[in-house]
Amino acid sequence: MSEIFNDVPAGTHPAYASPEYKSTMLRAPSRPLIRLPQTLTEVTGPHPGADIVGPTEGDFTKCHGGEALGERIIVTGRVLDEDGRPVPNAVLEIWQANAAGRYNHAVDRHDAPLDPHFEGNGRVTTGADGSYRFQSIKPGAYPWGNHHNAWRPNHIHFSLFGPGVATRLVTQMYFPGDPLLALDPIFNCIPDAEARARLVSHFDIGVTQPDYALGYRFDIVVRGRHATPMEN
Amino acid sequence: MPGLTSSQTVGPYFHLGLIRDGQSNLVGPLTKGERIAIEGLVIDGPGVPVTDAMIEIWQANAAGRYDHPTDTQDKPLDPAFHGFGRAAVDKTGHYRFETIRPGAVPGRGNALQAPHIAVTVFARGLLLHLNTRLYFAGEPLNDTDPVLGLVLDEAARRTLIATPVAGAAIPTYRFDIRLQGDNETVFFEI
Repeated sequence: MSEIFNDVPAGTHPAYASPEYKSTMLRAPSRPLIRLPQTLTEVTGPHPGADIVGPTEGDFTKCHGGEALGERIIVTGRVLDEDGRPVPNAVLEIWQANAAGRYNHAVDRHDAPLDPHFEGNGRVTTGADGSYRFQSIKPGAYPWGNHHNAWRPNHIHFSLFGPGVATRLVTQMYFPGDPLLALDPIFNCIPDAEARARLVSHFDIGVTQPDYALGYRFDIVVRGRHATPMEN
Repeated sequence: MPGLTSSQTVGPYFHLGLIRDGQSNLVGPLTKGERIAIEGLVIDGPGVPVTDAMIEIWQANAAGRYDHPTDTQDKPLDPAFHGFGRAAVDKTGHYRFETIRPGAVPGRGNALQAPHIAVTVFARGLLLHLNTRLYFAGEPLNDTDPVLGLVLDEAARRTLIATPVAGAAIPTYRFDIRLQGDNETVFFEI
């Protein structure tokens, strides 16, 4: 017996073709995906012991000899599977805009200032209990070209390697109470309302560090496993 | 039971968090196996090159073993090969990896899978990444590969077969990825 990853519940992931998010329309496959019963290829995957993503860096608040501008935040949470089991040694790669809503990226032409003391990227690994933590600056909202007066809500990008290719996940973490969430096509392309709500972090006074930074909690849940007679 | 976390697009700025030098070269001087390169173009529905895609690959070593605790086959690991690669496409939509030709790995039941590489595509406009597989032209095991066998349409199956590039310095295979439309690449739900 081997273990394969559970099916993804309907409504969890957005449809590839989501007309409200215009860029999907020329990039979404037009044919239905072919269901591939998982093999050794899909239940294995890159793992951090092999140094796949470089050194970890969990403090984005200072670089190049100075402190980044903006509201300092601490983001922490756990990476779990659907059975609530911690996922240790998961690599989280993180990137985000600065406090003014500008990415340190050549393609970003938004007329907002770059911050010489903020690069906005880093990597952390989960501990034995699946927990991770990093500190950063709350990213600003920024306009984008999807439709008239379109603005992305404050968000942080996460890329995650779980145990296998089948658990690969790229997502975005949002902030509670953001009025732009209701208007954002990327967020609202997720069909299931509870699944959408899970992408919104929770303010946590217990994580908040006195005189230093506000704390937010964001758990990430990857597919669980069940036994299957893969060899038979 | 905690609910699964939803996918969101990598957006156009993923290089900032995900791309570092050296990730597209999987081999070192001590890696065992036949050196190969894989290259290709990513295009969208109208056939326009996609210039902000990221490709990840995952493969077995030359002996057909994955460097992962779940793979308990009695085959050697190669300390000089992990099997993961990542590349952003360039301004013309092209990507390239240098790696080794993977050995065959078992599939379900007693079926042997043909040598293949798992390929994952990320891009702005993809709210969920796409999974496909790269197989090698001329490989006899392709005829009996159980996953290729899932693709009934022969033209569609051909989108999964990388073809040799003539005149390259090392054996090079071309694997274009067409996200949508004519000759659309076969993508898998895994």
